Amino acid sequence: MMKNSFNDSSAKRDFYGVQLETPFMLGTAQYPSPAILAKAFEQSKASVATVSLRREASGDKAGQDFWRLIQQLNVHVLPNTAGCHTVKEAVTTAHMAREVFGTSWIKLEVIGEEDTLQPDVFGLVEAARILSEDGFQVFPYTTEDLVVADRLVNAGCRVLMPWGAPIGSGMGLNNIFGLRALRAHFPDIPLVVDAGLGLPSQAAQAMELGMDAVLLNTAVSKAGDPAMMAEAFANAIRAGQLAVKADPMVPRDMASPSTPILGKAFLD
Amino acid sequence: MKHIQVNSEKVTAKSERLSDLLIELGYADAVVATAVNGDFVTQGNRANIQINDGDRIEVLAPMQGG
Repeated sequence: MMKNSFNDSSAKRDFYGVQLETPFMLGTAQYPSPAILAKAFEQSKASVATVSLRREASGDKAGQDFWRLIQQLNVHVLPNTAGCHTVKEAVTTAHMAREVFGTSWIKLEVIGEEDTLQPDVFGLVEAARILSEDGFQVFPYTTEDLVVADRLVNAGCRVLMPWGAPIGSGMGLNNIFGLRALRAHFPDIPLVVDAGLGLPSQAAQAMELGMDAVLLNTAVSKAGDPAMMAEAFANAIRAGQLAVKADPMVPRDMASPSTPILGKAFLD
Repeated sequence: MKHIQVNSEKVTAKSERLSDLLIELGYADAVVATAVNGDFVTQGNRANIQINDGDRIEVLAPMQGG
């Protein structure tokens, strides 16, 4: 068992010098309306909002209105490089995001495969090194691969964000062994399960594995009631966090009676 | 006049500098980031960047993201 490798995730982890109030990072895309987005964030008590950069026509004020809304949420902002397929695209986008959003945090995505949106881990490591050397605080969207994780840490990353499952799939944790191994190999690096979660129980499971936070978007924004789902995730994340703190029992193969045998009547 | 592309749209503009081009195109008060021919141009450097025929300009604004 790897019980002893569990971190006490109730202790707030340090994300590049920032201790988050809650281990919940929530995306801002695909909500039915800005008002519902704001309500979902209120119910989630999320500490971090992920954002992006896109082209905007000069007459269109949507981006400017969106940015004002995000600033009112009173959360940390984590810009992403979503949609980037090359190191150059990702690095350039990161620079643009740093200027617009006023933060050195960057959720680094270098996509390598279209069907799964699996990261191009080779490009990811290279981009992470370039950006870390340039003062960025990189949150790399990666797989659970231990060797890639090691390269990312060597490149300067002090947070790792392994996927749970492909982005937007809602499949949950596809490789529990891999995530558990990642936790065991990197006990001092904050780990965030990013992408693929569909249900609150999966977020609880991620926290029970000793993850330091979860990041999700679609599971909340595409729910019938995003605000209610945000609250459900918040409760599940808290439950998983408490479970780790409570020091869970070690599973066993054989039954063990919970009711004491001693003092049982002989009634044969 | 300069024949350029702004966010992949063909544009004819009179501005000589990137800072002036943003004003000419109506981005004067917008929070945006810029790139010219694939290279990031900081806000502070926009006044130094000459606009040439055929330039590809990217103007990006905050947007929803996951």
